[in-house]
Amino acid sequence: MLDPRFRGSDIKECMENLDQIFVQAKRTVMNLAESVLPQPLVLLVSMLISIGVIAAIGPVIMMYLTWLERKVVGRIQNRIGPNRVGKFGLLQPIADGIKMLTKEDIVPEGADHILHFLSPVLVVVPALLVLGLLPWGRNMAAVDLQVGLLLFFAITSTGTLSIFLGAWGSRNKFSLLGALRAVAQLISYEIPQVFSAVVVIMHTQTISIVEIVNAQPGFNWFVFTPWGFTGLVLFYIASVAECNRTPFDLPEAESEIVAGFHTEYSGMKFALFYMAEFLQVFSLSALAAALFLGGWQGPFLPSWIWFFLKTYGLIFIMLWFRGTFPRLRVDQLMGFAWKFLLPMSMINIVVVGIWTYASPIVAWVLGILIIAISFGVLAKLNTRYHIERNRKFILAE
Amino acid sequence: MWGTGVLKGMAVTIKNFFDTYTSKNGIFTVEYPEKRLPEKERFRNFPILVYDEKPEELRCVACDICAKECPPKCITIVKAKDAQGKPLKQPEVFDIDFTVCMNCGICEETCPFDAIYMDHEFELAEYDRMDALIYKKERLSRPWTHFEKIRPTDAKEINERRAKDATKTAAAVKPAPPQASNQQT
Repeated sequence: MLDPRFRGSDIKECMENLDQIFVQAKRTVMNLAESVLPQPLVLLVSMLISIGVIAAIGPVIMMYLTWLERKVVGRIQNRIGPNRVGKFGLLQPIADGIKMLTKEDIVPEGADHILHFLSPVLVVVPALLVLGLLPWGRNMAAVDLQVGLLLFFAITSTGTLSIFLGAWGSRNKFSLLGALRAVAQLISYEIPQVFSAVVVIMHTQTISIVEIVNAQPGFNWFVFTPWGFTGLVLFYIASVAECNRTPFDLPEAESEIVAGFHTEYSGMKFALFYMAEFLQVFSLSALAAALFLGGWQGPFLPSWIWFFLKTYGLIFIMLWFRGTFPRLRVDQLMGFAWKFLLPMSMINIVVVGIWTYASPIVAWVLGILIIAISFGVLAKLNTRYHIERNRKFILAE
Repeated sequence: MWGTGVLKGMAVTIKNFFDTYTSKNGIFTVEYPEKRLPEKERFRNFPILVYDEKPEELRCVACDICAKECPPKCITIVKAKDAQGKPLKQPEVFDIDFTVCMNCGICEETCPFDAIYMDHEFELAEYDRMDALIYKKERLSRPWTHFEKIRPTDAKEINERRAKDATKTAAAVKPAPPQASNQQT
């Protein structure tokens, strides 16, 4: 089978090369640039390479996420999904893109033209921006900021603003209702989301995403601890709500308010909203993977493959949610965020505090105990009051 | 326990997801242009005119019964005439407007000469809305063997009845006018 001269160390070396293939590629281009260009321009080239790659990979990820979503949801519903354009429908996103580009761009008469135009542009910017903060692999973060996580949350929350901007500019009651819902929902879910990420910051003593990933070498992922697991679940649920996906898709609830905040958008502007949503799905899944699943950490396979495996695994769960759950009611949505996720994430912070100061066995037992008990209590408190079965109804005569 | 319903629901959907890859009952889609479901024998779509041997010698005698019975009046028949102007027992024009036809099959039921039958053909899209969908005599005519192929049970019955009728006609001294057999196929 294998060439006898081909030893295990060769495979290891080959894997290491494969691991750093993108880093090497960039270094080669940089060396080339250094020999031709003056120093300040080389810096510019370095930036442009990173920006160019991220700006190119963003739309590609979005396009194939639409394909993946249609395929997975189709399979869940016993359908095949797109299969006409190209093998397995792989060219479907391109066909859709051409369709979107050639569609008529309609701006409502009463709309605020500037806001209406600005909103889809502004909504994509933060979604693309956060991709630069992600560690795509070993030495593969575009920028390794000391406040990466903080900036990540700061940038993602500005997406809400552009959603409201567009809905307000559309001058449509459905748009405005959708946007009001979006703002209410995103503000409420931002808090448990950040709280459940605070756990990781407490443990690793850093806000840099790259450093957080470095703190989980091998299989020491945070998800294998009681607080990590709880944190992942809470963070993930909050993330699903953050990107307005089912079962938290109230801002664009088709059956209630037409299409929510993007009712008045067509063609490429609509596609940009869609792109922002899918990029957010990707970046939040990637962040969840980085915080709790060890990011690119993993044995044998190249680091960037591990990163994509984990990210797409989490994305698959989001699509799975979409194929399973009906939409929540507004009061259920708010109640879930404030009455369950928030207290649970606060208790999780207590657990990680104990984890830091107690001995391992005590920390494990106490951690599991606290989480289990508080889950039980919160579940009991969240269950609705049930009317007794043998209640007597006296009819009026 | 709180939350188990959610997990139960997710178990159902993921089972369906994996069934599409593993189980035969997972995906029941028939990908139409490449594959298709077997045709049902009693399926009917648009009428055809049958002939026994030569395409010019249709069974149709241009009696106009089907045209009169046709509810949306989509059939146009003009009797053929010979050189002396005497009407012949064959149609000069036999047009069916497929844009009007409603696939009821009454023409087939009323035809006393077993000449018009409903076909199985359904891929009839045309680029022209008007003329291309008015089917002339030539486009409507099909050999009897075609009918035997698409509807074997009906064809057997009709063949038997026609054979019986033929022997009866031959036994009669004078060749009687074609018997109006009102059997329904």
